[in-house]
Amino acid sequence: MTILVVAEHENGAVAPATLNTVAAAAKIGGDIHVLVAGASVGGVAEAAAKIAGVAKVLVADNAAYAHALPENVAPLIVELAKGYSHVLAPATTNGKNILPRVAALLDVDQISEIVSVEAADTFKRPIYAGNAIATVQSSASVKVITVRTTGFDAVAAEGGSAAVEAVAAAHNAGISAFVGEELAKSDRPELTAAKIVVSGGRGMGNGDNFKHLYALADKLGAAVGASRAAVDAGFVPNDMQVGQTGKIVAPQLYIAVGISGAIQHLAGMKDSKVIVAINKDEEAPIFQVADYGLVADLFEAVPELEKLV
Amino acid sequence: MKVLVAIKRVVDYNVKVRVKADNSGVDLANVKMSMNPFCEIAVEEAVRLKEKGVATEIVVVAVGPATAQEQLRTALALGADRAILVEAADELNSLAVAKALKAVVDKEQPQLVILGKQAIDSDNNQTGQMLAALTGFAQGTFASKVEVAGDKLNVTREIDGGLQTVALNLPAIVTTDLRLNEPRYASLPNIMKAKKKPLETVTPDALGVTLASTNKTIKVEAPAARSAGIKVKSVAELVEKLKNEAKVI
Repeated sequence: MTILVVAEHENGAVAPATLNTVAAAAKIGGDIHVLVAGASVGGVAEAAAKIAGVAKVLVADNAAYAHALPENVAPLIVELAKGYSHVLAPATTNGKNILPRVAALLDVDQISEIVSVEAADTFKRPIYAGNAIATVQSSASVKVITVRTTGFDAVAAEGGSAAVEAVAAAHNAGISAFVGEELAKSDRPELTAAKIVVSGGRGMGNGDNFKHLYALADKLGAAVGASRAAVDAGFVPNDMQVGQTGKIVAPQLYIAVGISGAIQHLAGMKDSKVIVAINKDEEAPIFQVADYGLVADLFEAVPELEKLV
Repeated sequence: MKVLVAIKRVVDYNVKVRVKADNSGVDLANVKMSMNPFCEIAVEEAVRLKEKGVATEIVVVAVGPATAQEQLRTALALGADRAILVEAADELNSLAVAKALKAVVDKEQPQLVILGKQAIDSDNNQTGQMLAALTGFAQGTFASKVEVAGDKLNVTREIDGGLQTVALNLPAIVTTDLRLNEPRYASLPNIMKAKKKPLETVTPDALGVTLASTNKTIKVEAPAARSAGIKVKSVAELVEKLKNEAKVI
């Protein structure tokens, strides 16, 4: 059994999500190969070769693979997939964008967002916004899977010494083109990888009030998230959204401030180790999942919390 | 241009579902069903394209049980021109749905197909991408903005770090994200008018599609419950608990 892991990378570095995906591959068992596709990705390939447990790194370095356009990258993976038992990618926006296209071209069903490996062909995944866990068995010749990164502890980024091999295949469908991107800038840790997450909801009142959360987050070395209500109200950009339709996080500590705790939000954070809720409505559903709840006005509680930690 | 919109009948998003005692699935008896929220956004986007004079006809399609006619009627009331129901068993896998939609695309020849990014029941996030693969069309997933510019489609996509814009050749597939638009409500006169709009029912056999799947759900369980927490009285007590009891800060 040999497993192909599609690496997530950005700005010439391997993204942390790749390490969780390699961990899922290790649970399945067998040789692990990592595919690095992109433009000028020699450095990424070298970094990928150092990941613990990786046997081989395949590098597809071609301008057509820049920005991971699925129309070009999917045929590349399909061509390589024939020799593998499993193709895995992290359930990031890139992985979710590309892998179903791969699965359909291979004429197999995909298994999305697995959270555990039961056997080489059997996996668990949440459905209905995390309100049920399905155990799914695949009879596909090549099992195409996206991995929920919070379900697996990352493997070490150093310590491996895999061989690096170039892949000549160049696929350019010529039906799509990258125009531009607007990336939100942040000095804080990445939301999905942070050990502590402080999130604000509609109770924050406006975008300016998020400064209280930023101050607290900076003191804790935490990332800042938000509920859909806060994003829809325009308080913060959408890439901060935690929930079924946003990012899935599972930090050591999750502090929910002014968040009622709708099903869709809980789907994104209820696997956090410790959940703290600060809300002035003591009936708010968030208190049903919180380990520590504080019924208080957030505008008094948050600055006080910042002082005390 | 002709626009095809795919919709799905799902458990209403406000319902907290329960797992069946025999672990065969979730209990959907007597539970409120609705159009998947992302599909509502897809219908709205098609209607707005028609209002701008870009779209000439909107065909809405569902692959599922006969009861999905209700959701097709809702889409017709929102502004779709006609509907197609591919009548099949409930709980099909995404690839089977994508194959049925591919057959409809072949027949209808739309220039643009709009789907939701994911259904809130299976949470798969696959069908749009799979349909793009089967048709060979370009895909603009997780769209927060869609603009037709000549023979291209500019799609702004919600990605992990922010926003990305891609230009796609037409015909193309778009899947909607939450912030693409705010869906309208159907007015009573439009609901009445929708009852007279054409709704065609076809079978997968008639489309020449087999719905076999390589995935099998063995078991559905309730997630592990969190143990009950406590309420603290003050911020000082909270900090004390986090430091000494939970040891997370």
